[in-house]
Amino acid sequence: MSSKYLIFLGCAVPYRVSSYEISARKVLAKLGVELVEMPEFNCCGLPLDPVSHETMLILAARNLALAEQTGLSILTLCPGCAGTLKKVNKTLKEDKELREQINAHLKESGLELKGTVETKHILQVLTEEVGLEKIKNAVVKPLTMLKVAEHVGCHLLRPKEVIGFDDPEDPQTLKKLIEATGATCLDYIDETECCGAPSVGVSDKVALQLARDKLNHVKMVEAQALITICPFCHIMFDTNELRIERMFSETYGIPVLHYPQLLGLAMGMTPEELAFNELRVDTSKMLQVIKEGVN
Amino acid sequence: MTENTATSKEPIKASEIDPKFKYELSRMHGSEKLLRCFQCGTCTSDCPVARFSDTYRPRTIIRMAQLGLKERVLNSDTLWLCAACFTCTDRCPQGIEVASVIRVLRNLAAEKGIVPQVFKDQAACILESGYAYKIPELRIKKRETQGLPPLPKGNPENIRKTLKGVKFLEKTEKEGEQA
Ligand code: SF4
Ligand code: SF4
Repeated sequence: MSSKYLIFLGCAVPYRVSSYEISARKVLAKLGVELVEMPEFNCCGLPLDPVSHETMLILAARNLALAEQTGLSILTLCPGCAGTLKKVNKTLKEDKELREQINAHLKESGLELKGTVETKHILQVLTEEVGLEKIKNAVVKPLTMLKVAEHVGCHLLRPKEVIGFDDPEDPQTLKKLIEATGATCLDYIDETECCGAPSVGVSDKVALQLARDKLNHVKMVEAQALITICPFCHIMFDTNELRIERMFSETYGIPVLHYPQLLGLAMGMTPEELAFNELRVDTSKMLQVIKEGVN
Repeated sequence: MTENTATSKEPIKASEIDPKFKYELSRMHGSEKLLRCFQCGTCTSDCPVARFSDTYRPRTIIRMAQLGLKERVLNSDTLWLCAACFTCTDRCPQGIEVASVIRVLRNLAAEKGIVPQVFKDQAACILESGYAYKIPELRIKKRETQGLPPLPKGNPENIRKTLKGVKFLEKTEKEGEQA
């Protein structure tokens, strides 16, 4: 059975995190998930929600209306985009008055939102559509020697009432997906805590302190890598890891992988194919562990 | 020492209080349930930002809003520290969408022209390209060598049309032109 999704890239992935896109596309293709490109899209709207809820609603609705024309469901790599599109679709479907108000804006560009499109984050597609069984069967090089920690982040799960996926207080989805690769997923303190990314630009200090706290906890359990599923969380931990080390006189050296990179390795793809060269933190030690484990 | 007020430690003056503010908020999307807060402190104790900031306390912000300290709360710098992680919303025993109340307050501050630079930059980018960041040409070109499909060109003209009449954007655009 093959499934087909419209891929919504959002802004952060093409801006800075191509390793996520490259690895996700490869892994999904191999698992039989077909991705269709959006002929056009715009920012999901979330970045402007703090300053103008109305702008956010219109931007999100425009994307949803564009997607509706294709009749396909949306797949996103960014949980922020997924959460926003889901939430706006639900709100506008339920609130007729607001929908009419937003549609009056969309009409200016010949669009209309009906509320018929479903949005799923890649993790949701992997668990609900592909399924753990199929993923396990696709694993040819189990990563049994590897011990990692997970960071699900906030927007895939919260607010619970709107998203309705997994349990935000004790999420299991990413853990199970990690274990499907053969790797061990370690528990650590404050696993569900925020990475701090949204506070960057307002107070870098607070934001980096949050990320540092998480890295400290991940280090404590001696995880050999940290697995993320969000471009912003990835930037916080991978791109900023050196900066945090310098700022707070810490040493981590913890590689930060997008989940599709981890899965891709287990599916027999090479680090080069999975764009490991785009990662900031050195992954050679971790890759050595895997190699020795397989040998 | 930690400072526990959201803005200043100046004693509250009766003249500062806008008794209608809480009703105004109760009618806005996201802050409908503001009046239910009984100050238990769950939001602050579970807030990741409050852990590392000496000034940011969601409970204080909610109380200030309830009291009608409109100017104080809207002018507060700390209002912008919230990471929108929604932990408070998920855990408030009174079912208040705390993060959304904070969003409503920020929106009101923005209407008064209080907007941190990062949001102005992102708004400008969206109006120019459709995307929230200026994606470098080099990156867009590199996609081909990386085996990625081309990034669709944004449709700023159409986006502008769609956003016509949104006060916030018209205001920031005007400011941008003057600057
Ligand atoms: S958790 Fe809810 S009830 Fe408790 S102080 Fe915060 S907003 Fe008020
Ligand atoms: S949403 Fe904002 S106020 Fe609420 S817990 Fe997260 S950072 Fe704190």
